[in-house]
Amino acid sequence: MRTIENTSEIKAYDRVQAARDGKRPSGGYFISRLVDNFIELHGDRRFGDDSAIIGGVGYIGGKSVTVIAMERGDTIEDRMKRHFGCPTPEGYRKALRLMKQAEKFGRPIVCFIGSSGAYCGIDAEERGQGEAIAENLFEMMGIKVPIISVIIGEGGSGGALALGVCDTAIMLENSVYSVISPEGCASILWKDSTKAAEAAEVLKLTAHDLYKFEVIEKIIDEKDRSRDEITSDLKSFILCEIDTKEKLSVDKLLDERYAKFRKIGAC
Amino acid sequence: MGIMNLFGLLKKKSENEEITCKKCERTAKRSEFYKTDMVCPDCGTYLRMGAKERLSLVVDEGEFTEHFSELKSENILGFPEYDDKLEKSKKASGLDEGVICGVGKIGGNDCALFVMDSNFMMGSMGSVVGEKITRLFELATEEGLPVVGFTTSGGARMQEGIISLMQMAKVSGAAKRHSDAGGLYIAVLTDPTTGGVTASFAMQGDIIIAEPKALIGFAGQRVIEQTTGKKLPAGFQRAEFMLEHGFIDMIETRQRLKYTLSKLLAVHAKH
Repeated sequence: MRTIENTSEIKAYDRVQAARDGKRPSGGYFISRLVDNFIELHGDRRFGDDSAIIGGVGYIGGKSVTVIAMERGDTIEDRMKRHFGCPTPEGYRKALRLMKQAEKFGRPIVCFIGSSGAYCGIDAEERGQGEAIAENLFEMMGIKVPIISVIIGEGGSGGALALGVCDTAIMLENSVYSVISPEGCASILWKDSTKAAEAAEVLKLTAHDLYKFEVIEKIIDEKDRSRDEITSDLKSFILCEIDTKEKLSVDKLLDERYAKFRKIGAC
Repeated sequence: MGIMNLFGLLKKKSENEEITCKKCERTAKRSEFYKTDMVCPDCGTYLRMGAKERLSLVVDEGEFTEHFSELKSENILGFPEYDDKLEKSKKASGLDEGVICGVGKIGGNDCALFVMDSNFMMGSMGSVVGEKITRLFELATEEGLPVVGFTTSGGARMQEGIISLMQMAKVSGAAKRHSDAGGLYIAVLTDPTTGGVTASFAMQGDIIIAEPKALIGFAGQRVIEQTTGKKLPAGFQRAEFMLEHGFIDMIETRQRLKYTLSKLLAVHAKH
């Protein structure tokens, strides 16, 4: 386990609220700031197109990439259309289709994760929400190009992990990543969802916690920094990681990806 | 054939325990229900089986060797009430964790098996459950064995936070490697299989079998009702619903389960 300096002056639930803040940039923002000549590609070729996930191709710092990002929307209409950034099975299937396409053309993949979780509904269950996420976890373990995943906001459980099987996991400092929402945890644990702040502490869901547990490789600092500084720092780190991972043979890349997850909770 | 105490796995105490069918409320000793494979003789309801009972149902007599039983859960996050929950679960289930893994024979066919148990913290997946199933897939890959896995789970184990969530990816990786090596994986989904287990290895089988009326889904029913404000249709997220929507290969009765598994293993046998 890694050790880091004490960051206890900021409560976990403050991070949760920062991650959920309506003004916090969502996936589309990072595409607009980091990706040049972005061309959006739609549809899962099975049933539909989910606008909670934006996928496409473009360049980061002159390097051609496939980008997949969760987007919760701006206006209330837009947010309704994107069901507040909670992906449907079609979203995950579109993501996987574009990842396979990236693999075919030898392009690295960059995923931006920010969602309270997979879309919850009767229709999503009918179309196999569980199967869609399971398929992504399974297939992403074998995608033969580098995958870099960035948690930008709320990383909500399996719905977030479905874009999170990667070679390098990055978290913005005020993003969170958790197996369950603090409210959900509090209502199970204390039958009281108003104790979310206490639940957030015990869940250990901050970027600093996850770095300690070696679940992520990098934290991008946000404190006292402008959005420009944050995005530029993020861009350099993504490029550096792509460069490092592209130097590996496919076997080594996949072995290291396997080992990255294999070591978590190995007793 | 039914459930027999083949390996001395079942304890006298649990055999004599009285249980009640939740549908028709028939009450009898557990051993009475064993005669009908834990299916209620009055109303046909499938009662939940423990992992050892399940092994007794499907594995050939004396042909099971448990692996990785030395792995024990720890309260890695210092999560409130978790130590206590683990202790209570151990007592209630007679198990050290929510899954039993090992190698055995079904109808003479060698296979690696994992069997989850809902009596242990609702079969939730923490790091030990994830680690044991991962090791089983790795062992099966090494030895060229098929994997037969019985799922029952409420999902990832909240008390181990992000570490639990990552078990979904870890097991998926091991299942993928087993698959890439040409290994057969048969998943048998039993009541209930939900959350992070559905969203990972339950849905990754080459062949997916479910038990009649088993609850199978990702989101919990109450959560869906509360979120959408809609009444759930009859039979929603049941095995029959999953079959109709194309997500499982078949529904099999307990009486025929061992036979069907044997035939499927035999047709995939490497010559």
